[in-house]
Amino acid sequence: MLKAYIETFQKYKYLLENLIMRDIKVKYRRSVLGVAWSLLNPLLMMFILSAVFSRVFRYEIENFPLYLIIGQILFSFFNESTSSAIFSIVEASSLIKKVYIPKYIFPLEKVLFGFVNLIFSIPAVVVMMLFYRVPFNLSMLTIFLPLLTLLLFAIGFSLIISALCVFFRDLKHLYSVLITAWMYLTPIIYPMSALEGSWIWYVARINPLTWYVESFRNALIYGTMPDLLSCWVCIGYGVVFTLVGLLSFKKLQDKFILYV
Amino acid sequence: MEKPVMVDVRDVTMEFNMSSYKVDSLKEYFIRLMKHELFFKSFLALDGVSFQVRKGDVLGLIGLNGSGKSTMLKIISGIMKPTKGSATAYGTISPLIELGAGFDADLTARENIYLNGSILGYSRQFMDSVFDEIVDFSELHNFLDIPIKNFSSGMQARLGFAIATVVKPDILIVDEVLAVGDFKFQEKCEKRIRELMSNETTVIIVSHSIEQIESLCNKVLWLNKGKVVKYGDALAICDEYKNA
Repeated sequence: MLKAYIETFQKYKYLLENLIMRDIKVKYRRSVLGVAWSLLNPLLMMFILSAVFSRVFRYEIENFPLYLIIGQILFSFFNESTSSAIFSIVEASSLIKKVYIPKYIFPLEKVLFGFVNLIFSIPAVVVMMLFYRVPFNLSMLTIFLPLLTLLLFAIGFSLIISALCVFFRDLKHLYSVLITAWMYLTPIIYPMSALEGSWIWYVARINPLTWYVESFRNALIYGTMPDLLSCWVCIGYGVVFTLVGLLSFKKLQDKFILYV
Repeated sequence: MEKPVMVDVRDVTMEFNMSSYKVDSLKEYFIRLMKHELFFKSFLALDGVSFQVRKGDVLGLIGLNGSGKSTMLKIISGIMKPTKGSATAYGTISPLIELGAGFDADLTARENIYLNGSILGYSRQFMDSVFDEIVDFSELHNFLDIPIKNFSSGMQARLGFAIATVVKPDILIVDEVLAVGDFKFQEKCEKRIRELMSNETTVIIVSHSIEQIESLCNKVLWLNKGKVVKYGDALAICDEYKNA
């Protein structure tokens, strides 16, 4: 059973590659700066946000722009990939009606495309780290843990919402509201300590993205090895969402054709 | 000796839940739930259809609109799962995708050939090896690096047909696509299908052109409202169908 799934995936791996390449080509074709936009975009956003919020906020965050840009690129990866994945199956309806293709390819492709963009924008973080002369530290190598488990979380989450969106198209609009709320509940521009004493703190604590952003920062800015708890939480959210996503997707996928 | 069975359709029933209004948003779902209007009307698109296609057969599906022809094709190619019964295809299936379905308008013809090939499940190595053949058949040598959106519909159809038939599949599925393009292109398509037939490819065609069915097929399945009216020799059934 599992072997058959892996074989099908092997067969359609080339399609996955092609679809990602297509998205990359379409995104950067006819733009003079090309891939450099993935680098410039977060840097420009960071300048604006840090200029404004370093005046608005009272709390002192060391290297605030660096703090900001990390939260920002991780969140915008999650935002872009899930927001485009949610409608990916509906968009591919003309194909789904004509050819047999494993349908998880479509949301998976959107998330992987978002991930490629995230990788492209990591040099922006490196630039800021050099600017602030953050000393190199072995614990920086542990960013792979939050990076890969965040990818898993995004894949699992996208599988669920893209499948539901086939049946309820207006989820797409609902999600754009939800993702904005989600952004404010993630410590991107403020520190977690700012929420202490309020019930909001607990909401932000349960929020998976909080854990990924913090683990990433701990490794890159503060040079600390990840503690056991955040390792398990990151892995836990990633694995559980991937499993739930795969199972619910599998259960719903045969009905897609009747609704797309 | 009888030739091996390539497609085995056993007692296939396809039931759709046709709500009188199609509910596809949460808002509507809740409104109808509140008003107690969420009833479903079941609709049988196919009702106990069984038949077998043998190697080298060219089967035409005929019937009026809504008789279940396209649903049958979708079930054979694995796009839909039947409510009851089973449809098993032995071998590789290549569907002739309708014009443009597998193309991305912003990509060039060259990129689209690879994209479309991968949609059909072919590997990069395979696409490399057949690339020239596809270009030759579609006669688009001078347009390879132009985005597909600047192509005429005939050019797109030529490209689509060339990609789908380059494989020598065990089973080729053709859904109304032959009705596009100029008469020269249609002739070329028919010639290609005949070539495939001599290669022992099994072909399943849906077409409203009864002449086309008569000239290409040796077997015909006549469907009406989801039920098999007749299955058998092409010429006899076509005659009957025309007089019906």
